[in-house]
Amino acid sequence: MTRDPVLRFTDQGIYCPAGDFYIDPWRPVARAAITHGHSDHARAGHGSYLATHAALPVMRHRLGQINAHGLAYGEVQRIGGANLSFHPAGHVPGSAQIRIEVGGEVWVVSGDYKLEEDGLSEPFSPIPCHAFITECTFGLPVFRWPAQAKTAAEIATWWARNAAEGRVSLLGAYGLGKAQRIMSMLAAQGLPGPLFTHGAAEATTRILRDQGYPLPPTTLVSRAPPPPDALVIAPPSALGSAWAAKLGPRSEAFASGWMALRGIRRRRNLGTGFIISDHADWDGLNSAIRATGAEKIFANHGYTAPFQRWLASQGYDAGIVATEWQGETAEPDKEITPE
Amino acid sequence: MNRFAQLFNALDATTKTSAKTAALAAYFQTAPKSDRVWTIALLSGRRPKRAASSTQLRDWAAEAAGLPLWMVEESYPIVGDLAETIALLLPAPQSRSNQSLTGWIETLIALTDQPPEAKRAGVLAAWDSLETTERFLFNKLITGGFRMGVSRGLMTRALAQATGVDESLLAHRLMGNWNPATTDFDDLIAETDLQGSTKPYPFALASGLEDKPETLGPRAEWLAEWKWDGIRGQIINRPGAFALWSRGEELITDRFPEFAPLARALPQGTVLDGEVLVWSNDAPLPFALLQKRITRKTVPKKLLAEAPARFLAYDLLEWQGRDLRAAPLADRRAALMQMLAQLPPGLPLAASAAVTAPDWTTLTKARHTAREKSAEGLMLKRLASPYHAGRKRGDWWKWKLDPYTVDAVMLYAQSGHGRRANLFTDFTFAVRDGDALVPFTKAYSGLTDAEFRQITDWVKKHTIERFGPVRRVPPELVFEIAFEGIAESPRHKSGIALRFPRMLRWRHDKPVEEIDTLDSLRALLP
Repeated sequence: MTRDPVLRFTDQGIYCPAGDFYIDPWRPVARAAITHGHSDHARAGHGSYLATHAALPVMRHRLGQINAHGLAYGEVQRIGGANLSFHPAGHVPGSAQIRIEVGGEVWVVSGDYKLEEDGLSEPFSPIPCHAFITECTFGLPVFRWPAQAKTAAEIATWWARNAAEGRVSLLGAYGLGKAQRIMSMLAAQGLPGPLFTHGAAEATTRILRDQGYPLPPTTLVSRAPPPPDALVIAPPSALGSAWAAKLGPRSEAFASGWMALRGIRRRRNLGTGFIISDHADWDGLNSAIRATGAEKIFANHGYTAPFQRWLASQGYDAGIVATEWQGETAEPDKEITPE
Repeated sequence: MNRFAQLFNALDATTKTSAKTAALAAYFQTAPKSDRVWTIALLSGRRPKRAASSTQLRDWAAEAAGLPLWMVEESYPIVGDLAETIALLLPAPQSRSNQSLTGWIETLIALTDQPPEAKRAGVLAAWDSLETTERFLFNKLITGGFRMGVSRGLMTRALAQATGVDESLLAHRLMGNWNPATTDFDDLIAETDLQGSTKPYPFALASGLEDKPETLGPRAEWLAEWKWDGIRGQIINRPGAFALWSRGEELITDRFPEFAPLARALPQGTVLDGEVLVWSNDAPLPFALLQKRITRKTVPKKLLAEAPARFLAYDLLEWQGRDLRAAPLADRRAALMQMLAQLPPGLPLAASAAVTAPDWTTLTKARHTAREKSAEGLMLKRLASPYHAGRKRGDWWKWKLDPYTVDAVMLYAQSGHGRRANLFTDFTFAVRDGDALVPFTKAYSGLTDAEFRQITDWVKKHTIERFGPVRRVPPELVFEIAFEGIAESPRHKSGIALRFPRMLRWRHDKPVEEIDTLDSLRALLP
């Protein structure tokens, strides 16, 4: 006797037949469960949205009037023949893995995730399952992240040096998640100067601060010109732009996992890059997969082909899922920033 | 290695020339002297003899990282640099060595003649005692291609700042075949005695002429010469020292035995700047023949007869042991002609003839006949100018012909290296031959980063087949390919080989049906 798998991979997105809903679909559908608010995962046009309580405010801000329902982490919702629950993914504040259980069989969709505790996002927790659908944005062994505190110290040193030389520090970072993580990790070490934001980063910062996430005070650049000892956090696309030129004498840097590769940093003509990613590195991916106990692994967005081959060589039943999720991209014109 | 890694990080952390110069100058004042000598050597394209092959490095890295070899191979095109890939893959070191740059280079030199097992042990031990940047630099010492974002000119400027020695004097002192393992820093930058030395002068270089030649002033103030497509070189003839240097500072004396008689024929204390060409019946032969000559360290008789070389002299840099470079070109040229007139006949040496058109209009017409002369265009040199060290804009111009162009379709794409890692930038192009598409050239340059990103997206979505780092794509994207020359080549499937092919532009407007044919390409053959 055969029955439907717990999840099916369709052109609209990942589909659960037992509950008749999709996970992070990229085409408009009637019912969508959303892992987190980044625009490649939470798209407009669905009939209804289900997400964590913590993810909803940013989604509402970005998507406008949506028919949305929130769940607490770990709270189980029965949908048709499926039990659905959200579990922390550690990617950005409010982000979740989605666990689906149908007739005793458990599948988990990772969404985007990282293992290192960043002091802001709800820390990643491994969920035992039979099948694990994992991202692998950085699924090659050349990607190994330094500890967050080390990168924070490097950023602080760079910032202090710029301040001493009378130059504003402009740091490119995604507006949702990365920007706030940087504020929070710098504040943990003591801020050497005031924090300023580009509008795209300020809107999400304000929403998260209002939700109760501990974030230091920030000033919108358009409100007051940043003094030379300021750190300005802006979307990566602002680096080298006319907007950036208005800041006057400044030093620019980009905060991204891609900065681990010298070639990519040089292509963006950046002297300074800080290695900091909200995605799991090579060791993180491998230990997360091991911790689920799953035998069946599906790799999506990232270096899927070599990663699948690697998993197969480690004895997993490994497949590839084609999705339209992007993860963290190296190119400025493709990045995911809230409008 | 730590001090050298600090220098590297300082250079790498900025895109500003002034900051790079300052970092290097500080290093040249404070680093151990032997490290300074090696740094100068590395930044002027010298490196220790290769201690291990890329294949060995990949194998050992896979072993040390506990990864299958294919995973190293998959990672390499993403990173775009083998030395960096390995540095990133390896597990954290068990210890930290404080051996200097020179110490590590000596280690590598000592490994060169060891059996593979000893090399492996030596390299693995090095990796296990260096942190990531140091490892990357150590690997670069083996794989070569050391640029560190520093040009030779910038390095020379920093050295001038650090030592107070004039920049152009230093440029000269750093030329030639000094051995960094045995050279003392103070000797290297000190005044050199050219007696018995084969040391060449820094080559004067030209800039491309973009404006009309009329903007250069009166025609009479300029020397016009054909711009030959050969190997720019210097012939040095000093007491006990005869040498032919290429512009890339390679000593190529032995590859051109036909010039050996010049050692006796030329007066002692003579240095000529000129072009090595393969020459027959008063005209140069295609560059492909010269290419054959360069690749052979010893030249078989047959090739010597089939591709005889000739040196066309442009300039006289040293005469009777005296450095003439500060004298005006007109005087140097007169001295050159006088010297050549006194040589016995039958030598493979002549002056590169001046193009004698009396005004710019006639000269412009003469330029259009360059291809018939097997030249690439014209060189314009100000008669009153000294012989500059390097490229100084204003006195020397190259005035090249417009390139040939052909419309072709992309068949294969491969990702680039260095700053183009992770981006598809190396393409193979085809023209039509009846119903078939025949690949005829590769090209890597000419598009903007934005265009390469756009094409990269397209390639990822349209890959038909993967062969390692190479993707086959449907023949849909059409490009205008420019090139400087074309020759028959039995080694290529298409039967032709291009000189300096590059992409002129992406022809969004052109359908594949309208690309050029192999016949239209062959019609351009000389």
